[in-house]
Amino acid sequence: MSGEMWDAVWLTATLAAIVTVLLLVVATPIAWWLARSRSPVKEVVGALVTLPLVLPPTVLGFYLLVAFSPNSPLGQGIAAVFGQGLPFTFEGLVVASVIHSLPFAVQPIRNAFEAIGDRPLEVAATLRASPWDAFWTVAVPLARPGFLAGAVLGFAHTVGEFGVVLMIGGNIPGETKVLSIAIYDYVETLQWTQAHILAAGMLGFSFVVLLAMRLIEKRLGWGTGR
Amino acid sequence: MSCPPASVPRRLLPVVVAAALAAGAVMPRAHAGETLVAVAANFTAAAQEIGAAFTEATGHTVTFSFGSTGKLYAQISHGAPFDAFLAADAARPEKAEAEGHAVPGSRFPYALGRIVLYSADPALVDDGGAVLEAPEAFGRLAIANPVTAPYGAAALEALEALDVLDQVRPKLVQGDSIAQTLQFVTTGNAPLGFVALSQVAGHEDGSRWLVPQNLYAPIRQDAVLLKHGADNDAAHAFLDYLQGPDAAAIMDRYGYGQSER
Repeated sequence: MSGEMWDAVWLTATLAAIVTVLLLVVATPIAWWLARSRSPVKEVVGALVTLPLVLPPTVLGFYLLVAFSPNSPLGQGIAAVFGQGLPFTFEGLVVASVIHSLPFAVQPIRNAFEAIGDRPLEVAATLRASPWDAFWTVAVPLARPGFLAGAVLGFAHTVGEFGVVLMIGGNIPGETKVLSIAIYDYVETLQWTQAHILAAGMLGFSFVVLLAMRLIEKRLGWGTGR
Repeated sequence: MSCPPASVPRRLLPVVVAAALAAGAVMPRAHAGETLVAVAANFTAAAQEIGAAFTEATGHTVTFSFGSTGKLYAQISHGAPFDAFLAADAARPEKAEAEGHAVPGSRFPYALGRIVLYSADPALVDDGGAVLEAPEAFGRLAIANPVTAPYGAAALEALEALDVLDQVRPKLVQGDSIAQTLQFVTTGNAPLGFVALSQVAGHEDGSRWLVPQNLYAPIRQDAVLLKHGADNDAAHAFLDYLQGPDAAAIMDRYGYGQSER
């Protein structure tokens, strides 16, 4: 494999790793609130968070491009605080990917929190655990399968992201030229060998990730029925 | 029991519809045909105008598929159902002919493209392109993907001729086609970029520098009839129309030169 191809692989892995960590940080409180709240606006927020799941990536790419543009108040604010705008930067891809992959992380974690029910938390409360304690020592361990699924899906979805990156990335090697864009470029320029290597690599990687997730769940007895 | 009157037409409805469809299928104007043409992104606006004039003049309908020349070529080489190919260079039509995707001898130059250094900011680009020598003055410079878009390759060539390529290389962002490149610049996400003259010829906003022709090889744009359209009258008629005075007048307005014609 050429240096250019390794660049794309490394860049994509780095992006997906950073996005996954951020996703867990952002998705956990959202999922907790969605699972436990009785607020009437709960489902409105739930639908908003799920939107990226059904929207074409071009819709998200278009809005991000407009919102991040130096002509928009948001874009000007970002440029003023960080010294540079988001389009055509690695940081821009991180922000876009977190938004785009959010439902893939929120949904499994929310489901896992909901599956716990009220009982274990009530028991923890009678044992004088503070809500904060109960969250970390009861809810989070019980929701492990949800966290694993959310992290794996978020990671894999970021690796597979294409449409948004095409619209706001600018195809810069080492900065925004991720795997999916590199494959697209190789196909468009008839470099089949390189396209095949990367595409087959993605196929194998995706399969291994999904299989590994199932096996880990089984091994640790996180699956249903135990 | 007699049928209510309304049920008769309803029962006849499928028959009426079928008859109408059959009539429609055999009745279209005797020689009006349809054709699907692959067009390089820089030629989008001109092609649409030429297509409308062509339909008015001949009755034939032409549908366009726009993209970067390299991408369209990749599609053609994999059997895309295009009847003709209006490229942004001479190399891809030649290759199409050499590889048996095009009708031999049908190739001709239809336009000569020019590149423009363009910015949506009225004060950024000076007449002479000196702004390129101060890369710190702008964040990003947009060009079309030089591998798939001939206008991107011309932009790189001009940057090299100006001896600023090494300085601006870290600033480059690539549009998927010349159309996306203009979009980057128009939205202000890239303060300036190299676009096609035809894209900005219709309006006077922003600031621009028409890059002198001696800084890059002429962008000779060739058209070719593809195998898929060999027996398509509408495709033949469109390529004829493209070489006629009406099309030439439209292309003039979009800033295409027509040497070699």
